Amino acid sequence: MYSQGLTDAKGQQEPAELLAAFQAKIDREEKIEPRDWMPDAYRKTLIRQMSQHAHSEIVGQLPEGNWITRAPTLNRKMILLAKVQDEAGHGLYIYSATETLGVTRDQLTDELLSGKAKYSSIFNYPTPSWADMGAIGWLVDGAAIMNQVPLCRASYGPYARSMVRICKEESFHQRQGYEIMTVLARGSKAQKDMAQRALNRTWWPALMMFGPSDKDSTHSAQSMKWKIKRFSNDELRQKFIDATVPQAEHLGLTIPDPELKLNPETGHYDHGPIDWDEFIQVLKGNGPCNKERLQARIDAHDKGAWVREAANVYQQKQQKREVA
Amino acid sequence: MAEMKLYEVFIRAKSGLNHRHVGSLHASDAQMALLNARDVYTRRKEGVSIWVIEAEKITASNPEQEHEWFDPAEDKVYRYPTFYPLDKEVENM
Repeated sequence: MYSQGLTDAKGQQEPAELLAAFQAKIDREEKIEPRDWMPDAYRKTLIRQMSQHAHSEIVGQLPEGNWITRAPTLNRKMILLAKVQDEAGHGLYIYSATETLGVTRDQLTDELLSGKAKYSSIFNYPTPSWADMGAIGWLVDGAAIMNQVPLCRASYGPYARSMVRICKEESFHQRQGYEIMTVLARGSKAQKDMAQRALNRTWWPALMMFGPSDKDSTHSAQSMKWKIKRFSNDELRQKFIDATVPQAEHLGLTIPDPELKLNPETGHYDHGPIDWDEFIQVLKGNGPCNKERLQARIDAHDKGAWVREAANVYQQKQQKREVA
Repeated sequence: MAEMKLYEVFIRAKSGLNHRHVGSLHASDAQMALLNARDVYTRRKEGVSIWVIEAEKITASNPEQEHEWFDPAEDKVYRYPTFYPLDKEVENM
């Protein structure tokens, strides 16, 4: 297909030699860097995927930020603050990597706040109990790690490098979540029930984080060819299930899937059907917290406007002083 | 309101090592860039020193001319020690 050339954003044919050289470079496992020539479609795919990823980190602060003031101990509060601060940092790493593709931060922010951009569907679910902080760290950050580890080898250099930093920091997130679940699962009956209910709430949405099933995934084949993706959605989902089920069993918690069982022939866990209608609804904006999450971001942006304004005025004042 | 300036961030992980590019961020001035770089890029003792520089002040070579630009280094094999054969008896030098 590359010999035919692709059409870029301006409707111009991209030269077949350039396309072939580009793919050859990727096939040799060489990284693509910001100012290298790249097909328009590659750039667009990256901007879409990376900005969604960055937005997810930013919106991902909200369900947990919700519990900072109500964390059960000072220790838990400090840990949660550090985790939420990390998420902000992760958002910034990826935003800055996305900007190397020629899109501005303002554009990215506008797309999020106007509701045009998507972010991970998982953050549109509520976190009604403290145990949800455990379930999120353990399962949501766990699923994110499964996704992000292969992205450390993505063909686009700035994206891959931001993922290396993020993965280093992310394992603390998963462990602290599992530790919250461990303490609850070994506590009173009420505490164990609370942990179980959080697992029930989070399990299916966590599985949906890997995206649509391979047969329905629209972007996968091209992304694999470009080595942005290394594993398919279903492969990563299966890895996550295989890793997580024994962890739940260890705590005496039950995965809320009656069809889940180890398949002795494949060595993998078979699981029940995922409710993709729910996934699509949440993506469309009809999840339990979509409106609340977006509004929280809009409010934060608006309420922070004076800080940005003051910083700019201060800079101008300093500059004048230097000149004088 | 115009977007704040883009700064590139360089960090020295520990003394004895070079400053290394780690990413970028937006800030209204260099001081703010430095403070933000500390909070964004050194939350886990990643550095002992930070440089920030406005991205637009960096002059870069053109990747599309990579081959021609670095070509003078390619055909000067005599710059490498392996260009000079040594008698076996001398062994290492």
